[in-house]
Amino acid sequence: MSAREAILGRIRNARNGKDRHEQAAGATEAIAAHLARHPRGPAPAMPGDLPARFRERALKLSSDVLETADRKEVPTLLARYLNERKLPLAGVCWPSLIGLPWSSAGLDMQSRPARDSDLVGVTGAFCAIAETGTLMLLSGAETPATTSLLPETHVAVIDPRRIVATMEDAWDLLRQECRQPPRAVNFVSGPSRTADIEQTVTLGAHGPYRVLLILAPAR
Amino acid sequence: MQNNAIDFKRQVTVKLADIKLQGALSRLQSRFVEGRSAVISEIADLPETRNAAAAIRDRVLNDLEHWLLQFEQQATARGAIVHWAETDEDVNRIVAGIARQHGVRTAAKSKSMVSEECELNDALEQAGVEVMETDLGEYILQLAHEAPSHIVAPVVHKNKEEVADLFAEKHQLPRKTGIAELCREAREILRPAFLNADMGISGANFLVAETGSALIVTNEGNGRLVTTLPRVHVAITGIEKVVPTLEDVSTLVRLLPRSATGQSITNYVSVLTGTRGDADHDGPEHFHIVLLDNGRSKLLGSDMQEMLRCIRCGACMNHCPVYQNIGGHAYGWVYPGPMGSILTPLLSGLEKSPDLPNASTFCGACAAVCPVKIPLPDLLRKLREQQMERGMKSRQETFMLKAWAWLALRPNLYALATRIAVRVMRLLGGKERLLHRLPGAHGWSDGRDFPAPAGRTFRELYRQGGRK
Ligand code: SF4
Repeated sequence: MSAREAILGRIRNARNGKDRHEQAAGATEAIAAHLARHPRGPAPAMPGDLPARFRERALKLSSDVLETADRKEVPTLLARYLNERKLPLAGVCWPSLIGLPWSSAGLDMQSRPARDSDLVGVTGAFCAIAETGTLMLLSGAETPATTSLLPETHVAVIDPRRIVATMEDAWDLLRQECRQPPRAVNFVSGPSRTADIEQTVTLGAHGPYRVLLILAPAR
Repeated sequence: MQNNAIDFKRQVTVKLADIKLQGALSRLQSRFVEGRSAVISEIADLPETRNAAAAIRDRVLNDLEHWLLQFEQQATARGAIVHWAETDEDVNRIVAGIARQHGVRTAAKSKSMVSEECELNDALEQAGVEVMETDLGEYILQLAHEAPSHIVAPVVHKNKEEVADLFAEKHQLPRKTGIAELCREAREILRPAFLNADMGISGANFLVAETGSALIVTNEGNGRLVTTLPRVHVAITGIEKVVPTLEDVSTLVRLLPRSATGQSITNYVSVLTGTRGDADHDGPEHFHIVLLDNGRSKLLGSDMQEMLRCIRCGACMNHCPVYQNIGGHAYGWVYPGPMGSILTPLLSGLEKSPDLPNASTFCGACAAVCPVKIPLPDLLRKLREQQMERGMKSRQETFMLKAWAWLALRPNLYALATRIAVRVMRLLGGKERLLHRLPGAHGWSDGRDFPAPAGRTFRELYRQGGRK
């Protein structure tokens, strides 16, 4: 008998009483019904301005937040941010963002997945979550996962209209817009950190040292 | 991992006298206990949310067979390969086999307590695979050849000086002293391991049956790296980790980091489904999920089933006065604290860990903070009962408990005996009203004095005071 059969057999035998077949049929239906309904648990009420809540929570998680009404301003904001911190003015971005006026802001931006040596990675976001100040990123050919992971500075350009209240709302959006979850859904909440040594939080473990969120409406 | 739980009592004496350890443990209390209490109130309706979380876990455990099958079907449909392992040795054999199949020479690993159950690293080294732990805490332990002492903060027992000495010795670099510098050094040493690894190994905090996904929470980003860069990803977890839907897992994620480290959310929550797409630039080509039983299935349908709700947040140990005083190593196996005092006997045998169910004052702090409402003291008590029934208690203890039970069933005699006892103790207590030695319980009175009773029993005082 395979390990699979042995384990499943033991689990089956642990269930008490009732006719097995009847129980099995009922169970499959109950599972299908729960999956179809996918009911929500209790979630915090989030009245009011979602972008304001998002910004407040993101700052708490040590992300930096900038805002502009004009998406074409994003490169200028980023250039200023990098200059202030004496960071390199070069990086990589998701293909959908290469159309922004990077070079006129003095930035050398390339549209390709990040490599180890890249220091700035610019991404969009599928959506953002106000409850915790979190980004939801989907992996894909046009949205490589490495861009938000390998560079020391991760910059995400977010459409404020894509800020939802909770993780449950984010899943609903995913169900509406995608047939199935991509290979990786990454929820990102600020710069990577560790508290393994003396439970003291240190920013910049294996992922980015800083995360800059730029709220800028898409046209 | 080798089970040394039998050695508990001796270890306790050693740990209580370890001044460095005592310093380290006090930090855990201030950071994690206070951290939790600061953010847990962000959850609007905590009692309802804990009820919901317990119900989510029970839904799966009450029909684990069909939820596992649902998970397997979805995961397989997306190109993952699901393996089933009866024992820790099976996990090692399966993972070594996967490594061989894909020509793997090097592996980068993020934290997995299930792999600690298996001592996977040793098995892989023997199979010719070089394994690098990448969680900072686990990496430190790998360098020091030590076992984790906490399920969330594995290296809580070490201070930064010890880490600095260790890094200086092993990395052959000038000794750093600041925590941030130490973290940076580890990052730079480990970066090539991520980039060059053929295989990434991770745990899975949850398996989502709806989508066939493995969900991993991390802070450092190493979990993302080992599941994104190497061409093979192996996720190892227990069969009980299935959760029905994405909504259900959202409820649990609301509780897990808040209970564990006092964070509203961990830096990264990754939901991984299947292998890389044709046009993708990253992600593994092969995704293997190994499901370990190792004694879990036999808890289903028993009066211990509730233990399988556990989401490994560590809150019970952070709040446990016993853990706070002795740390995790004394418990002798992978899982310490209240949850470990139950899981270790259940998974590897009560006879191998006879002291663990008794390593509790039944203060109830663990049950009060457990996000999935596991009645930990009740389960500990049931294990004590089993010990009694199976004749595993010492003759002295059995005799005393039996004598007490005999007496307690005879109220008049009980009243008389206690009346005499409190008066004798009062006399022995003298002016200081302290007893320096308790016959038959010097383990208790070696470290502290026993306050002498007031001289009259509760019942006498009650009768005298009248009912209010
Ligand atoms: S028993 Fe409860 S508190 Fe302890 S680790 Fe498990 S889920 Fe957390």
